[in-house]
Amino acid sequence: MSASATRPIETPQWKRFVSLENRYIAPIFITLILLVGHLSFGILESYQKTLLAIVASIGTELILSRLFFGKWPNIASAYITGISVGILIRSPAYWPYAVCSIVSITSKYVLRVKGRHIWNPSNFGISVMLFLAPETVASLSIQWGNYLLPMVVIWVLGSVIIYRLKRFHISGLYVASFLIFAFLRSRLTGSPWQSEIAPITGPMYQLFIFFMITDPRTTVRSKTGQCITVICVALLEMILRLNQVVYAPFYALFIVGPSAMLIEMWLDSRRASAVGATVAA
Amino acid sequence: MKCGPLARIILAIFFVAMVVSPLFIKRIAARREVAKSTLDLQTALARHGFYLQEVSRAAGVNFVHQGPTLDHKLDHIMPEVASMGASVSIVDFDRDGWPDIYVTNSAEGSHNALYRNQHDGTFKDVAPEMGVADVNQSGTGVSMAAVWGDYDNDGYEDLLLVKWGRPELYHNDAGHGFTRVTDTGLPAWVNANSAIWLDYDGDGLLDIFIGGYYSEDLDLWHLNNTRIMPESFEYAKNGGRKYLFHNLGNGKFEDVTEKMGINSRRWTLATSAADLRGTGRPDLFVANDYGVSELYLNDGKRFREVGEKTGVGFAPKSGMNVAFGDIGNQGKYAIYVSNISEEGVLIQGNNLWVPKEGSAADDLKYENLARDMGVELGGWSFGAQFADLNNDGTLDLYLTNGNVSLDHSRNYWYDFSKVAGGNTAIIGDAKNWPAMEGRSLSGYQQKRVWINDGAGKFVDVAQAVGVTDTYDGRSVAMADLWNRGVLDVVVANQRGPLLIYKNTVAPENKWIEFELTGTNSNRSAIGAQVTVFWNGQRQVQEVSGGSGFCAQNQRALHFGLGKTSQVEKVLIRWPSGKVQTIEKLNVNEIHKVKEPA
Repeated sequence: MSASATRPIETPQWKRFVSLENRYIAPIFITLILLVGHLSFGILESYQKTLLAIVASIGTELILSRLFFGKWPNIASAYITGISVGILIRSPAYWPYAVCSIVSITSKYVLRVKGRHIWNPSNFGISVMLFLAPETVASLSIQWGNYLLPMVVIWVLGSVIIYRLKRFHISGLYVASFLIFAFLRSRLTGSPWQSEIAPITGPMYQLFIFFMITDPRTTVRSKTGQCITVICVALLEMILRLNQVVYAPFYALFIVGPSAMLIEMWLDSRRASAVGATVAA
Repeated sequence: MKCGPLARIILAIFFVAMVVSPLFIKRIAARREVAKSTLDLQTALARHGFYLQEVSRAAGVNFVHQGPTLDHKLDHIMPEVASMGASVSIVDFDRDGWPDIYVTNSAEGSHNALYRNQHDGTFKDVAPEMGVADVNQSGTGVSMAAVWGDYDNDGYEDLLLVKWGRPELYHNDAGHGFTRVTDTGLPAWVNANSAIWLDYDGDGLLDIFIGGYYSEDLDLWHLNNTRIMPESFEYAKNGGRKYLFHNLGNGKFEDVTEKMGINSRRWTLATSAADLRGTGRPDLFVANDYGVSELYLNDGKRFREVGEKTGVGFAPKSGMNVAFGDIGNQGKYAIYVSNISEEGVLIQGNNLWVPKEGSAADDLKYENLARDMGVELGGWSFGAQFADLNNDGTLDLYLTNGNVSLDHSRNYWYDFSKVAGGNTAIIGDAKNWPAMEGRSLSGYQQKRVWINDGAGKFVDVAQAVGVTDTYDGRSVAMADLWNRGVLDVVVANQRGPLLIYKNTVAPENKWIEFELTGTNSNRSAIGAQVTVFWNGQRQVQEVSGGSGFCAQNQRALHFGLGKTSQVEKVLIRWPSGKVQTIEKLNVNEIHKVKEPA
């Protein structure tokens, strides 16, 4: 999960800070989720583990950015990654929190194509951990306590923020696709439709929907492309779910996200070649 | 990027190393484990100091548990919702000096069994003639757990049977039979799996704690609707209520739950009591499914819930066991709580709560050392007990596990995890749960027998020492079944046979046992603490009115001593507060000690 970073240079500092379009929105929002979730229901495995994930993430970002870009980075993105790992990873051990954060951040610096990293960092890190360390690591697949209210608050707040960041179509379309595919799965498997929509009522999906699939750095640029991508994520998730893959959304995004980025890059280069050829002609 | 190709190559190598690091960590962890291959008796004796042989049939025990069949509205998930009921408790009901075995059954109309020790290596089911067999009649519910305690101090252990149904108290008529006691003050209906005897106020009369699981408002055979499930996988508070009954001394019990500060509707699966602070009063540890554990400190006039404050009630899990053990021979108890771990889905890990250095009394704090000490992962864990299985002077840990073993090749976990993550409105209604259709849910699991190396680590030797069954284990009880100075293991399995693992221990290791009888204290001596000092070490144990999961060990306390043939002294603190010191005791003997007047 990376934070959006575009903002007009001429905007005064104070205005930027209070504006819903500044880069602190996402960190504040995810911190809010963490606090609401934990103070209400104790969703964290432990304070120390979450702190470890955040420190490892920020530390890795600072070191790598300094070494490879020669500057100190804005740590908002690393903070979101760390906090996401802290919430989403569930393990009785400490090391998965550190390793997952380090892998997530390092992936941004290693897995690059044409100067862009193509995997959402925390999606990459979490998928790797779930796939390679299933005996030690699980992901958060529990609900927001017993009540609907905290969930509704997060949905509403998240939707407003995402709308202001002009990415609501991604989240909205994903939710719609998930629900349609859930009913389709219910028809195909005979499972109660309530059980098929159950996962989306949990906090894991809220993080997935508001932070992972909307990450500006690892989503394609065109609105149409974003819509196609997110439908493909939901579609692949359905296929994985039909094969009883517990962490279907993570793996679906892991596969579809970079594929979409590569396709976009390929289309861009084709367009650029075509334009170059036209100019040359 | 500013750095050159070399730096990028180094970064790439570092990245790959980090990505594959879980595999290396897994290999290192695997190396620590003892080989999984089975050993013969002599090799196991030489290597681990003991060997367990399953002898139930040879001992004349052919009990097979039958599970409950609840309301047909639950048919689609019956194996999961009716996955408990197999329990075992040890009692010398006829006071012949030999442990007997009581085991519960859970189908309507099925019979419980009371295996009387025949003193010749065999047992005989005498439950029918004793009147404690036909206790699962339709309309009264079915058995879930049984614990023994002499509530009227007449010298014979009485039976408290908890059910998903009517709790039953049977008076032991001098070992010749049992009479159901009516008008006791116990509730008409409780859906409970957990009950213990304890004397919480030290008045010399045994009181009762019962922890409800399903709400007591439900008759699970006649449901109005299917909204019976936990409202949450981790924060559920819609389970059965708790009951603390004060023994009035006239065969009646008074409900003092609220008065004593206990007010919880969590889904309790296990409870046990021990004096955790040296106050002389039993504190109460309650392990809950679908939520956090609760620790009730006994302040004399009232219990105080300090789960979160002490650290044991912070992370919600699926608590299914409470066992106390002085694992470090330091005179203080660690607490073992079992939970669920299923590779790739849910890694809760079991908890080994060890008192933090320097914390005591009102500042009691615990830390979970299950991972550090190697007793964290045990599958879908149920009953566990501490016991010195090889008499080497340190407490080992026996854990049984496995939830629902049906079709080997298909499992229910995907559907389970899907619903478990759902909102209350979804998870709370059984009709929203996908049908199990014969699928297993953490079935066919290998048990754990962790031996304590005395230096802070436990190592699993289950396969090596002969524990190779993969039944759906529930309840574990320890007893020196044949008075040989070794602890045998009895395991009750859901929809499976009762297993008796007869223990053979390397003869060079010594032992000592204490059979206590209270006079001013309750006669069962439940709550009495014995500390044995030997060879510069000490170990404390407490007579328990129920521990583990739906289980009760033998009342006699067993201590392994290693190769030492001398015990320096023994300190007994009776529930009455009296402290007795005994010196110069012979080892390799069962000592019968009566509370001094």
